Amino acid sequence: MTQTPTKPFRLTHLKELESESIYVLREVAAQFERPALLFSGGKDSIILSYLARKAFAPAKIPFPLLHIDTGHNFPETITYRDWWVEHIEANLLVRYVQDSIDAGRVVEEKGYNASRNVLQTVTLLDAIEELKLDAAIGGGRRDEEKARAKERFFSHRDEFGQWDPKNQRPELWNLFNGKKHIGEHFRVFPISNWTEMDVWQYLYQEQVELPSLYFTHQREILERDSVLLAKSDYIPMRPTETTRPMQVRFRTIGDMTCTGAVLSPASTMEEIIQEVAASRVTERGTRADDKRSEAAMEDRKKEGYF
Amino acid sequence: MEGFSSTGYLDMELLRFTTAGSVDDGKSTLIGRLLYDSKSIFDDQYDAVKASSEKRGEEYVNLALLTDGLRAEREQGITIDVAYRYFATPKRKFIIADTPGHIQYTRNMVTGASTANLAIILIDARNGVVEQTCRHAIIASLLRIPHVVVCINKMDLVDYREEVFLQIKGAFEQFAVQLDLPDVRFLPISALHGDNVVEPSTNMDWFEGTPLLSLLESIEISSDLNHADTRFPVQYVIRPQSTEHHDYRGYAGRIAGGTFVPGSAVKVLPSGQTSTIKSIDFYGDSLEEAYPPMSVTFTLEDDIDISRGDMIVGENETPNVSQDVELMVCWLSEKPLALNGKYALRHTTKDVRCVIKEIRYKLNISTLEKRYDDKSVNMNDIACITLRVTKPLVFDSYHRNRATGSLILIDEGTHNTVGAGMIL
Repeated sequence: MTQTPTKPFRLTHLKELESESIYVLREVAAQFERPALLFSGGKDSIILSYLARKAFAPAKIPFPLLHIDTGHNFPETITYRDWWVEHIEANLLVRYVQDSIDAGRVVEEKGYNASRNVLQTVTLLDAIEELKLDAAIGGGRRDEEKARAKERFFSHRDEFGQWDPKNQRPELWNLFNGKKHIGEHFRVFPISNWTEMDVWQYLYQEQVELPSLYFTHQREILERDSVLLAKSDYIPMRPTETTRPMQVRFRTIGDMTCTGAVLSPASTMEEIIQEVAASRVTERGTRADDKRSEAAMEDRKKEGYF
Repeated sequence: MEGFSSTGYLDMELLRFTTAGSVDDGKSTLIGRLLYDSKSIFDDQYDAVKASSEKRGEEYVNLALLTDGLRAEREQGITIDVAYRYFATPKRKFIIADTPGHIQYTRNMVTGASTANLAIILIDARNGVVEQTCRHAIIASLLRIPHVVVCINKMDLVDYREEVFLQIKGAFEQFAVQLDLPDVRFLPISALHGDNVVEPSTNMDWFEGTPLLSLLESIEISSDLNHADTRFPVQYVIRPQSTEHHDYRGYAGRIAGGTFVPGSAVKVLPSGQTSTIKSIDFYGDSLEEAYPPMSVTFTLEDDIDISRGDMIVGENETPNVSQDVELMVCWLSEKPLALNGKYALRHTTKDVRCVIKEIRYKLNISTLEKRYDDKSVNMNDIACITLRVTKPLVFDSYHRNRATGSLILIDEGTHNTVGAGMIL
């Protein structure tokens, strides 16, 4: 009964990626009892929650967003977060790294390069246990970093929240296996197949409103080990160090302590896309947290990092 | 960058391809070359690889390190898992499923092949068609990869001679007669020197085809999916329960075959109830049609009982509806397949249980020989089996539709994915 197609059935790459991610998000809602979407205020988690909104419309997103707040955020991130959550009619839960520190669960790093980035893992795993989450949806992408290139869409975590890269479940076709034992959970990465360029093109195509940090602005900058850090109370300065105003924007948004800025005049999404297209370094090249060692991301992921 | 047009970049297609190969056939060099020549390698990635190469005492920048992700792999210099790579040209975005080619890694090759539009099979021009070549071709055929590009590599080491290329092409074609490969192309290349990878070779004037990259950019892929048989596995039921959408009941899923339009008469399988599509919704929009692999939401004219795992098809469609299924299975687990064993089974959006009724034969994936005497199915083996499921499945042969003809088997104790099935 084969009929010859009368016209080409084409989808653009963005449409196909969107369709795949929505499929994965719906699988999460169908296969898990208590999922949550990890929301950081960065563009990947913005796109993720935007896709979740699309996946379940006209109903609301059937799971909450969870923000692990290090307390070292850019103030712009928090302003944006609260606006966005209302905009997409989502529920937001926040858990604080400061609470983990106060409870003695973690000890704050000392020194000039101290960061709460690693500490987040404990707060996240505690939140997963407290909220009895069985799936944490993250915005990780395989193009970001070598250790992520082998990550699954449905990534199994043992009862300690750890990732065992050598013992991952094979993932074939679009048949995702979310079966687990009590106490175990999954990390799910619906935008695994997106690149930084795809993310920007899609945000542009959909005209999604973004935090102002992504666009050029003038800011007091501390240049340290060739990373441009925003001046903040969270970064202790050496007596020899000074800051100066620079015209910058951020390619990724994380903690103020470890997110580097890039010199950029890009003030619109189109200009950002052009800049990304011409860029010669990866977006993680501006992240001080990945520079700690060759396997820095792999080690953090094994421990249960995002 | 020059000539940038944001709309142009928004209108690209996506091509997924798989490469299978061993350490020596130049696979990593080829991928490195594609990434490097298409300017998809960033300076910091290149610098990191250069530093690692120097640390390992290597004389040249080892592009293979770009594709070795995990620490164990870097230490041992091998790939142990499927790695996904991304690059784009102004025409297409590419996803590479990079898999190791040794027989011990059949399960990885099958995994990488399961979502691929195209397979690149690498042959060392000095060695010609070897056992591994046959294995890769058989897997491409079993997994129904629509397009195969056979790259005869290291042409520089055979003085770029046409007769070497023609002899290997002939040998491959002779072997492939027994296979089901609808579209096969041959390319003489040198990944090391870049001949016919991105740029046409100046050393092989006798070759009139296009280089690999332009082939990857232009192969017609929009008709690879099944556009004939309407199939919509219901994934999730959307019920807003708000005042605004009080009576809304939407069936969400991803089109697995054919084209659906509002107003068409449909039936729900396995129950057989019929209705008409009222609307095809997507985030506030009403679509005029939906085809694979779009994720959409259907509403129907009638209020009938439909849940996840049901399949909506055109009213005259006749997919198989049965509790007995015959299939080829690739075994993925260290624990062998158990005859009469019970497994959880997932097919489209449906979860059932099954029992293995019969192991018919095991396939030698280097020679295609069927072995009826040896019925032990171990990791990396491919076998023909039959099974019976607890509830009827609605399916097509894998040959006809990869989405409705594939399934996975799951161990009920460990919950690991242990088998990949292609329905006959």
